[in-house]
Amino acid sequence: MERPFVEISGVAMRYGGVEGTLALKGTSMNIAKGEFVAVVGPSGCGKSTLMRLVTGLWPATAGHVVVAGQEVAGPLSIAGMAFQNPTLLPWRNILDNVMLPLEVVEPHRRLLSRERAKYEKQAKDLLALVGLGGFDQKFPWQLSGGMQQRASLCRALIHEPALLMLDEPFAALDIFTREDLWAVLQDLWMARRPTVILVTHDLREAAYLADRVLVMSARPGRIIAERKVDLPRPRNLETTYSPAFVSLVHDLREYISAARKGEEAAHAQ
Amino acid sequence: MPSDIAVAPPAVAPKPIADPTLSPEALKRLESMAAAARRRRRLQAWLPWIVIVGMFVVWEAAVQAFNVPQFVLPAPTDIAASMVKWWKPLLDNSWQTLMTTLIGFGLAIVFGLLLGIAIGSSTMLYHGLYPLLIGFNSIPKVAVVPILVIWFGIGTVPAVITAFLISFFPIVVNVATGIATVEPELRDVLRALGARHVDIIRKVGLPRAMPYFFASLKISITVAFVGSIIAETVAANKGIGHLMILASSRFDVPLVFAGLIVTAIMGVAMYVCAVTLENRTTGWATRGQNDQQQVKFGGA
Repeated sequence: MERPFVEISGVAMRYGGVEGTLALKGTSMNIAKGEFVAVVGPSGCGKSTLMRLVTGLWPATAGHVVVAGQEVAGPLSIAGMAFQNPTLLPWRNILDNVMLPLEVVEPHRRLLSRERAKYEKQAKDLLALVGLGGFDQKFPWQLSGGMQQRASLCRALIHEPALLMLDEPFAALDIFTREDLWAVLQDLWMARRPTVILVTHDLREAAYLADRVLVMSARPGRIIAERKVDLPRPRNLETTYSPAFVSLVHDLREYISAARKGEEAAHAQ
Repeated sequence: MPSDIAVAPPAVAPKPIADPTLSPEALKRLESMAAAARRRRRLQAWLPWIVIVGMFVVWEAAVQAFNVPQFVLPAPTDIAASMVKWWKPLLDNSWQTLMTTLIGFGLAIVFGLLLGIAIGSSTMLYHGLYPLLIGFNSIPKVAVVPILVIWFGIGTVPAVITAFLISFFPIVVNVATGIATVEPELRDVLRALGARHVDIIRKVGLPRAMPYFFASLKISITVAFVGSIIAETVAANKGIGHLMILASSRFDVPLVFAGLIVTAIMGVAMYVCAVTLENRTTGWATRGQNDQQQVKFGGA
């Protein structure tokens, strides 16, 4: 059997020393190469913490994180990230924003000045794929929130990362834009097949996009449930009204309710 | 694989024959709104000059009406006459002051940028140096001039150093703030790509700090004049400050005021230079403010 691309075993994370907050406790999961995994959970359950541990931005207090067969000891250089806030650089146009990772990641960094035309074409193709063709010379503030988030996705993908980390990337968008971007993200994933970890609190989003949904408990977070999503791809908005989809979302909702009840019980003690 | 939900270009609808926004009344209203906006813009451009001229008129009228003696408050006409009479020394000395100030200011830019970048990039340096910098900035610069005279003698050097000392701090603080306040998420994005600390400073920190830097230049250039003139009044044999001290010792109050006005003109001119530079280089930071010349209702 092939070794999972991301292996997390018994990971704990405590902030601010011995007396600090315990954000994660005994979290374990395996993610196969090219798999799309969504992590859902009540707010403050340590989903974002998990993301930072996997990318090596923060060291875990206990346990092991192994990515591509290597124990994570520092920031990975193979990850693309996108957040709720598009964090585009206002002084760069969209094309230059998308090309930012190429200025940092090897081997592109070395090749960029020599093969600029080739890279610019790549970036423009990617922008066209998310529906931003022709917007590459615009500045971020000239674009709507949804368009900025599309550009942010392109920036996360331009260097063809093996691992894509998305931290509630669509949370700040209205529902229609969000549904558009689900389709865009699915297209991107099906075209390139990176391993994706999507952190979200939108259960429909998780069910629409993921191969597998992991449910986290309230703080200290750990995985309490796991559901495979067997719906055929490409999924579309019609899928979200199918009985299988609705019952999946319903089940996920139950898990979250249980997790939140557990939290209340813990507070009551 | 293009997404079927990609942004479609806006469909060009056939124009309805009777567009209500193009009826004669609507056109007239649009025209009058545009005219009102033009008038307001014109007034805005002239307003500073009107205010300045108005101030001098009120000043002149008050001096004439209350018969204020010239050695207390000279009338603007007296000051103008003095400026014409003493134009040569005024020009020489203001040139000296301008050079002194610009050298001090230039040094402040170089060292301010360097120290600002260092402090903004390193939390250790930030915490280590900040209290000391605040302490230095709290020292009245007038009190430093005698020390500078002991070290460097009377002349241009103390004035340059005073201008430097006084204009250095705003630059350091602003540049450091710009670099230190890079959004944590953006930092994460870059770190997850394997970016080194230097990369983050170069790609994000520095460009981000530029609006802060140019804002600080506007403050710094005006206080740099304060610094050089303070030093000139205490310890120099040239410069506007020196000229004003000489003039006041002879009770030539109109000439003192002439010196003040020349200084103010230099200050405004340098400020305008800084603003122009700012708009040219970091227009992205003041986006939108230039596009707001659309027609609005009322006196918005």
